[in-house]
Amino acid sequence: MTAISCKALCRTFQQGEVKITGLDQVTIDIDDGEFVCLSGPSGSGKTTLLNAMGGLDTPDSGQITVNSQRIDHLSKGEMADMRLHKIGFVFQAYNLIPVLTAQENIEFVMQVQGVPATKRHIKSLEVLKEVGLEGAADRLPSQLSGGQQQRVAVARAIVSKPTLILADEPTANLDTKTASQLMDLFVELNRHHKITFVISTHDQRIMTYARRLIKMQDGKIISDEKLSSAIQ
Amino acid sequence: MSIILRLAWRNLWRHKRRTWLTVSAMVFSNVLLVFMISLQLGTYKMMIDNTLNAFSGHIQVQHHLYNDDPKIRYSIPEIIQLTGQLQHALGSDAVSARASAFALASSEQRSYGIQIIGVQPQSEFKVSTIPGLVKEGRYLSDPYAEEIVIGKVLARNLKVKVGDELTLLGSGRDGSFAAGIVKIAGIYESGLTDLDRGMVEMPLLYFQQLFVMENQGHAIVVNVPDLFEVNQWQQKIIQQIKVQPELLALNWMELQPGLLQAIQADMSSAWFMYGILIILVAFSVLNTQLMSVLERTREFGITMALGLKPGKLARLIILETGLMASLGLLLGCLIGFLITLYYQRYGFYYPGMEEMAIKFNLPDRMYPSASWLSVLFGPLIVYLFSMLATLYPALRLYFLRPVDAMRAA
Ligand SMILES: Nc1ncnc2c1ncn2[C@@H]1O[C@H](COP(=O)(O)OP(=O)(O)O)[C@@H](O)[C@H]1O
Ligand SMILES: [Mg+2]
Repeated sequence: MTAISCKALCRTFQQGEVKITGLDQVTIDIDDGEFVCLSGPSGSGKTTLLNAMGGLDTPDSGQITVNSQRIDHLSKGEMADMRLHKIGFVFQAYNLIPVLTAQENIEFVMQVQGVPATKRHIKSLEVLKEVGLEGAADRLPSQLSGGQQQRVAVARAIVSKPTLILADEPTANLDTKTASQLMDLFVELNRHHKITFVISTHDQRIMTYARRLIKMQDGKIISDEKLSSAIQ
Repeated sequence: MSIILRLAWRNLWRHKRRTWLTVSAMVFSNVLLVFMISLQLGTYKMMIDNTLNAFSGHIQVQHHLYNDDPKIRYSIPEIIQLTGQLQHALGSDAVSARASAFALASSEQRSYGIQIIGVQPQSEFKVSTIPGLVKEGRYLSDPYAEEIVIGKVLARNLKVKVGDELTLLGSGRDGSFAAGIVKIAGIYESGLTDLDRGMVEMPLLYFQQLFVMENQGHAIVVNVPDLFEVNQWQQKIIQQIKVQPELLALNWMELQPGLLQAIQADMSSAWFMYGILIILVAFSVLNTQLMSVLERTREFGITMALGLKPGKLARLIILETGLMASLGLLLGCLIGFLITLYYQRYGFYYPGMEEMAIKFNLPDRMYPSASWLSVLFGPLIVYLFSMLATLYPALRLYFLRPVDAMRAA
């Protein structure tokens, strides 16, 4: 099954008089359970593509299908529901609500999803354990390291059992060791939960984790290759 | 406690000082409102009670022309029977008949124009405080006696004392010459200059004889136990008198339009001030919440990316204001109530009251009167306007796009 299918996506931004190309005729298909890295220099359109896939931004033209559903036709509210239940997001930084503890950050999203309190409590501790943070449930984001914060964001993303996680440069603010630990976690979640991952990065070391590497430049896909040498 | 509530509460304290400043503005205005409104209501109640209880009562039955043009011939026939009928129908003995005429009162040395009121000595004290204000001698008792009680100022002007006689000259209802000699039974002091200087009371039956009234009078005065029941009683009385279309039942607002106007004027100037205060608080809330929304743009972008709809975020902002305003309401009502209680006990003096005090027979100290209404009314309006002021920052969230929000560093 195809997890995400993009056909001829175009997106331009108007900045004053200047037109900036975000996406230029991007066409790709990503299957269920794939582990994809989007790479490319800064400004090449990675974020724009991820945002389009997650329905945060609407392309000017083209089609996007996520889980066999045309999301470019969904209303804002329907798209929000889709993200809430089916798509997990992990961003580069500031993923967490600063006044809520690690566990509360996870429970917050679950409460919005309508999960009852006792189940919230158990599940949030479960996913924290899964990302290796069982001892940090009561800590505020400011009391966690960068790597731990990203793990909490991952825990929050997987708690609703999404089929797809979109991660936009999740390791950009992490040191090498922490970054590879986070990537190991992604790989494991991909393998155990069959979650499809699309991870953008411009870090060479991260790309070695990818089983499929898509390179972008100036809003275009310039290469798309399957790798058998990936660290798995 | 739900996570959303916890989140809202903690968000408030991200900027402790700013939140406290806003809460303090609410508390300050709430305290002021509680105290001022309690004081106003206390004052109005005192004004109304003192003025109405002194003489006019809450409701009067009169000939329909008498209130605008108090001529002796605009009278109520069979007044004593009708009074009895009303006492029975209302189940109250605070119903008393009166008649009124002007006359010249002369002592051995001087003469003054006065208003003579014929009263029923047995029931007058239920509708008026005058009987209780007799400072020398006694009040009227015998319904037929040719005696009179007069005000302290008049007694001084006429140079008379209890036991002296006065000669009264006037004209009767039929236009005939009315003259009589009465004995001064008592001297009262009401503090209301108009009364003390010019109003005297005598038994109604003697009055009717003196002024050729037959069995007629000019007013049946009714006192109602609670000001809020006046309309209800008025309706009952109207039922009783509707067979006599020439009669009217007037309430205190119709009898004493000046009193109502004084209250209304005071109320509108006070509310003008309260309005400014409330708007200032609302702007301070608007400012705080707008800042708080703007500085969290990025955070909101991320939560929207997670699937939160703007409506949920807007509710969060409204909840935050709600918590802040509740804190202001609680503290404001509590402090305001305690301050009000203190002054309710010990009284409050404010300059500029003297004129009103004299006019409406008030003491120079005012006593605020705390009630649910006076304590909650102002603060609830502050609460309401705080919530209204939050609508703008909350509505802005509907126009926030997560992508733009996250780009805003
Ligand atoms: N909202 C926007 N307004 C204007 N220009 C934008 C906006 N979003 C992205 N861009 C531009 O589009 C191009 C692609 O950006 P982006 O997708 O963020 O690249 P990447 O994530 O690969 O660094 C860049 O030139 C960027 O400046
Ligand atoms: Mg980017």
